[in-house]
Amino acid sequence: MRRAPAILLIALLSILAAGCGGSSNKASDTTGTAAAASCDKGSLNLVNAGQLTVGTDNPAYPPWFGGAEKAPWKVSNPYSGQGYESAVAYAVASKLGFTKPEVKWIVVPFNTSFAPGAKKFDLDINQTSFKPVRAKAVDFSDSYYDLNQALVVVKGTPIASATSIAALKPYKFGVQLGTTSYDYIVNNIKPSKKPSVFDTNDAAVAALKNKQVDGLVVDLPTAFYISAAQVPNGKILGQFPTVGTPEHLGMVFEKGNSLVSCVNDALAQLRADGTLKSLEAKWLQADAPVLK
Amino acid sequence: MAGGEGRRGVTVALLSTVVFFTLLAVAITHAPGWPEVKRTFFNWDEFRASMPEISRAFLLNVKIFLIAEAFILVLALVLAIVRSLPGPVFFPMRALGIAYADFFRGVPTVLVIALLGFGAPALQLSWVPLSTTFWGIVALVLVYTAYVSEVYRAGIESVHRSQDAAARSLGLTHWQSLSRVVLPQAVRRVIPPLLNDFIGLQKDTALVGFLGSVEAFKQSQIDAAATFNYTPFVAAAVLFVALTIPLARFTDWLVLRDRRRRHAAGT
Repeated sequence: MRRAPAILLIALLSILAAGCGGSSNKASDTTGTAAAASCDKGSLNLVNAGQLTVGTDNPAYPPWFGGAEKAPWKVSNPYSGQGYESAVAYAVASKLGFTKPEVKWIVVPFNTSFAPGAKKFDLDINQTSFKPVRAKAVDFSDSYYDLNQALVVVKGTPIASATSIAALKPYKFGVQLGTTSYDYIVNNIKPSKKPSVFDTNDAAVAALKNKQVDGLVVDLPTAFYISAAQVPNGKILGQFPTVGTPEHLGMVFEKGNSLVSCVNDALAQLRADGTLKSLEAKWLQADAPVLK
Repeated sequence: MAGGEGRRGVTVALLSTVVFFTLLAVAITHAPGWPEVKRTFFNWDEFRASMPEISRAFLLNVKIFLIAEAFILVLALVLAIVRSLPGPVFFPMRALGIAYADFFRGVPTVLVIALLGFGAPALQLSWVPLSTTFWGIVALVLVYTAYVSEVYRAGIESVHRSQDAAARSLGLTHWQSLSRVVLPQAVRRVIPPLLNDFIGLQKDTALVGFLGSVEAFKQSQIDAAATFNYTPFVAAAVLFVALTIPLARFTDWLVLRDRRRRHAAGT
């Protein structure tokens, strides 16, 4: 009885190996530099002509999105132009020549933003961190925000008195699936207990409230929102020092979409004229003690 | 039955199988998106890279399955017996049993898991365990006990009433008749459908990941989200299938054996 699964596994593996083996690079190579098309509004490669379709996840949370909740959006409203990502999206849209009514927001859950095949959005702005491996599946814009990870805890719990990364090892952390926060825990904090990994930040917040986890690792701007609005007695214990290349957020595009270079041009202009800086100052707090 | 006809049948079956699968393979591999699907779902390097960690996470699925199954087998039998208690005195207990089975078969398993896993610890009672895996197991036990008790009950009701009557006429009490005459026959008859529910339970262990426990599916999601490549899902699927197929074949074999035995006894 005991052997049967092993034999079956081997059989299945070999079938799979046969299926995957001998892969040549027949896949049309559309990576990287798309044709330097003109960035006229009329010649952009769009899902719906004449309008910029922008995706993000629902609920759209502050400080990334703001404004009063409006269906189908929960918590906030991306159409408001308030909150950092909404503001950046409209700033980019305006550089590309779109008026505010020509920007259409659609709900794109994080996990589907990188599904293969045609995308329903022109660009997706959803706190997606750039990683080289991810760039094999989708195209990323240049950075619109460089960020650090931070730790949210509940005041009065044992972890709240920790002052160094080394002191964090014995605790149980919660983290959202697919975030670089997870990588940070595994690679840099290296806790003795396996972190709990949740499909959404909401579930992770619920676990922190229940004390099922001792702390949440999230990016710093999100940490401000969670500690202030979502967790009673929540507190940012500190932000983590950058390890290696600084992490940055990029907008996600369908692989090979020529729109990327136009958006990058727009971002470069917004960076040069100080717009990104002032939006950052307006919407994102980024001051917390650094944990060593 | 002529031998030639049988051979022709085999040939036709073989031919139609080959033609069918060739057409399917051609249709899939010639789809415009196939290179992309192959790269994102059937990537050998990703498969190899993610398999060790997913296998380790899969041990949690096996652990959840084994613990839950032990409780389910016992509790479901108790529930089935309660539901088959005779007489008007036991009506409230029967009604409770029916309400239980109706409720837990009606609510989606993942909802029960979410409600218990996040709800029970939110009571902030010091004696309530916080472990999400614990609550995941409790939820699976509650849901599957409802299903499995129906299986047991079907078995109990399939034993002819004359068996019970004969036992009682020999002077056995209701309990003795139930435990020594009815249940042994009933349980043997329902072993195949019981194993069927085990297979369902094995797969549903993946739902515990909803609470943050890193089991095989959750681990594959972690890997998939890190690389934007879905191949780890395939790796997790392979593990689940590797565990359920032997059980499925074993169930088939039991059904066949039972049929042969009854056939032999009948003639």
